[in-house]
Amino acid sequence: MEHIVIIGNGISGVTLARHIRKNSEKKITIVSAETDYFFSRTALMYIYMGHMKYEHTQPYENWFWKKNQIELKKGFVEEIDTENKELIFSNKETLSYDKLVLAVGSKPNKFGWPGQDLEGVQGLYHKQDLENLEKHAPNNKVCKRAVIVGGGLIGIELAEMLHTRNIPVTFLVREKSFWNGVLPKGESEMINRHIVENHIDLRLGVNLKEIKEDENGHCRSIVIAETGEEIACDLVGLTAGVSPNIEFLKESEFETNRGILVNRFLETNVKDVYAIGDCAEQRKAIGNRRPIEAVWYTGRMMGETLAQTLCGNPLEYKPGHWFNSAKFFDIEYQTYGWVFSERHKKDSEIHFHWKHEDDYKCITVAYEKDSNKFLGINTFGIRMRHEIFDKWLTEERSVHHVMEHLADANFDPEFYKAHEREIVSKFNTENNTNIQPKKKSWKRIFAKA
Amino acid sequence: MKAIKYIGLVIFLIGLTIFTATIFTGSFSLSAAELDEFIQSKGYQSELIKEELSKAVVTNEPLDIFEFSSRVKIAFDNSNHYYNTLITKYNKEKNWDEKGKQYQYLIYGKPHTLSYELAKKAGKGYVRDHAGLLWWLTFGLGIIGALLFILPNVILLGKPGIKNNGIYLESPTNRGWIAWLVLVYLVTFYLLLYFMADYVVNWTYILDPVSRALNGGEASQWFVYGFLYCVIMIVMGVRMYVKYRYNKYQMVRTTSVLFFQIVFAFLIPEIMVSLNAPGYDFKNAFPLDYDFFFEWNLKSLTESGSIGLFILVWGIILTIVIVPIMVYFFGKRWYCSWVCGCGGLAETLGDPYRQHSDKSLKAWKLERWLIHSVLVFSLVMSIVTVYCYLSGTSSFLGINSQWIKDTYSFLIGAWFAGVIGTGFYPIFGNRVWCRFGCPLAAYLGLVQRFKSRFRITTNGGQCISCGNCSTYCEQGIDVRAYAQKGENIVRASCVGCGICSAVCPRGVLKLENGPLEGRINPNDILLGNDVNLMDLVNQK
Repeated sequence: MEHIVIIGNGISGVTLARHIRKNSEKKITIVSAETDYFFSRTALMYIYMGHMKYEHTQPYENWFWKKNQIELKKGFVEEIDTENKELIFSNKETLSYDKLVLAVGSKPNKFGWPGQDLEGVQGLYHKQDLENLEKHAPNNKVCKRAVIVGGGLIGIELAEMLHTRNIPVTFLVREKSFWNGVLPKGESEMINRHIVENHIDLRLGVNLKEIKEDENGHCRSIVIAETGEEIACDLVGLTAGVSPNIEFLKESEFETNRGILVNRFLETNVKDVYAIGDCAEQRKAIGNRRPIEAVWYTGRMMGETLAQTLCGNPLEYKPGHWFNSAKFFDIEYQTYGWVFSERHKKDSEIHFHWKHEDDYKCITVAYEKDSNKFLGINTFGIRMRHEIFDKWLTEERSVHHVMEHLADANFDPEFYKAHEREIVSKFNTENNTNIQPKKKSWKRIFAKA
Repeated sequence: MKAIKYIGLVIFLIGLTIFTATIFTGSFSLSAAELDEFIQSKGYQSELIKEELSKAVVTNEPLDIFEFSSRVKIAFDNSNHYYNTLITKYNKEKNWDEKGKQYQYLIYGKPHTLSYELAKKAGKGYVRDHAGLLWWLTFGLGIIGALLFILPNVILLGKPGIKNNGIYLESPTNRGWIAWLVLVYLVTFYLLLYFMADYVVNWTYILDPVSRALNGGEASQWFVYGFLYCVIMIVMGVRMYVKYRYNKYQMVRTTSVLFFQIVFAFLIPEIMVSLNAPGYDFKNAFPLDYDFFFEWNLKSLTESGSIGLFILVWGIILTIVIVPIMVYFFGKRWYCSWVCGCGGLAETLGDPYRQHSDKSLKAWKLERWLIHSVLVFSLVMSIVTVYCYLSGTSSFLGINSQWIKDTYSFLIGAWFAGVIGTGFYPIFGNRVWCRFGCPLAAYLGLVQRFKSRFRITTNGGQCISCGNCSTYCEQGIDVRAYAQKGENIVRASCVGCGICSAVCPRGVLKLENGPLEGRINPNDILLGNDVNLMDLVNQK
């Protein structure tokens, strides 16, 4: 029986294992050094915030693995002997494989800042990071102030977490406005205001110069590069993005760039070895996507795809329309299709922006200049239907069609106030159109693309 | 703001302490005339009971309720023992005539019930004399204190959004010692209420004025329970309003359960009683209303003229027609989390404990066995009862009607629904009864599972498996297991409280009533991957 070994028990590796099991009787082993069982990394924040316990973040009960004959092995892989098809663990144990899948994920970026390895300086990625956080920032007595470096999704999550324990937070963001490499201006600025409203000391357009040490090897303060200002703190969160966790492959025959290079079949340059999830890097970017996509959803999709290949049905990784989601304190964010920030968008991409007067809800619809083809939507504070937008993108609908049928896409809970009329009326005013929003129709919602 | 909360907490605890302490107050005794009157009104034939009771409770001694109760019990036992001995004796002698005569002298019922009825007349003391003041010191302080504790959250909770911060870090909501203390208090409360009502007779004095104003009579322990139920639901309803103030579904739903509890379960029955009609809760559907087909109820309804007949017809139509039709259109939520009294308490008082329901597969298996067994039990009981009522026999299919009624009332009505159902909130979650025991929920669930427009829609591939939905599902449904596969959630036990949708950080879940077609989508329709792969995955 063929033995498939997967290194990494995150969403990519586990999805892969589940789908291989659905399609075959192959022997499957998942190796992890982080935890015994799969947990949802995206839920780590809720443990610190007290919304959940660690066990609640585990999507499958512990009997699940045995029942599905998926073997779990805890251990740290130090070396891969591709010649003999063998893994060598840090305790010198070995494990042989027929096919190997690297789903080793990421690690937080560190850019060589002085003091970046001090006690109390950490990222937020692994379960161990959460344990460190409980140690260094259990409350505002032990941690009188925290500084977060890096204005991305993890940075703002860490800010929210610390805020729930009343720990004062200074948030250093390199960009002039939060996440404005991704978000268009109107949205990015709304989030800036929301961060400040939550009593976070938001510093825009600044970089970290160094982290200073106290007599115990613990961080004491940070210095801002631009102003030279020193801020005393007991915790420094490094959240300037993540990069593939491939240190252990550096000396091997694997072709790597920032990540492990793979083709569209997710094969590495070494026979019978594949890479999926955060650690995989496409040799050539797919469409508008980045070569490395460190996103929950893409990790899952790669797992689903590779399972087909490994079960005798070779399949290219062909992700569909882009989508993503996040939450910024209390504001939910969903995106479907492509909406680029001012920094990255082409001239032909036109944005229609609407913001609610309460400053918690807004949408940006991107469409093509001449054809009016709908390109994508960012929605904040209003939930929208994934299926509907996926269908509209596939059907290459016009922005007018989207506006007219916006009610079909609404996914807010019942009794919530609908904003379609207001949105469409603004669109009409700005574009001299006369679109009449239609009522929600189950028939259209269920119609297949 | 924090200070106000703590002051509120202290005031609440003072109110609760006084309320609890009133049990131990007052003295209980009857005059010979009062006892005579009582015995006459009960129609006791036994001379002995009169003698025994007057020895026990016609006294100048200041008896507290516990002493009073134990003396009544001794009197009760002595009297029954005497006649039971005679019965045994005549039985041996085969003296059937004499044996038959003795039965009329036996006192039926439970000693605590007799003791309660006597105590209600026998009590004297500060609580009874100052009911109004005591109302303020107990209910008044409790309400004011609780509101002071709850209302500052309007500001403390900050911006609109889900704020479950600290739930698993604090003792009361994380099965800590406070939670166990609350459990002990609640369980004790229910045990007293159901089985030793005489011990809490002082509480009824506090509410006598309210009861007289509403229905002209004095308060019983059930009036106390009904009133307390409403008060707790209103106060904890305010907490719901504050916690979910940005979520209109929760606001509307909370208003609905409060309305049905206060108007339908409490006020209308009380007013009906004052008009000499049978007090009936028009929303309480059989088989949750398990004694609807008991002889005494059928007798009372058929003897109450047109209103009784109307109730009888309404009760049957409610269960057979209205309930399933409403479930078809809206799911069982229209009843369980919008109308029902048990659900109402669970959604208000129980909300802080919703995360404790067991999400394991084992619990789900247990749930299906238990709840459907109770449904069968309730149906068998009702068939036996109705058959016996109509035919005038005492048993059917070898099942004694009185025995099965008593067993059900004791096991299901009192222990399961009350003591365990509510008493165990702080440890096992707020829907233990609704999930494992309620026969009506079982019936609604079958309709919901197989023929209903209701579902919780999963939003394509947006789930990140975080687990908030499963954690906060009060019915123990592993919502995430469906959501992460892109499946809609169609489960018999879902009461449609809407909290999974509220706590989801990615906008993945939505409660909807839509066409039957496409409601259950068991394929892994995970959006994001290209179409060919989806076809492949879905071929399974």
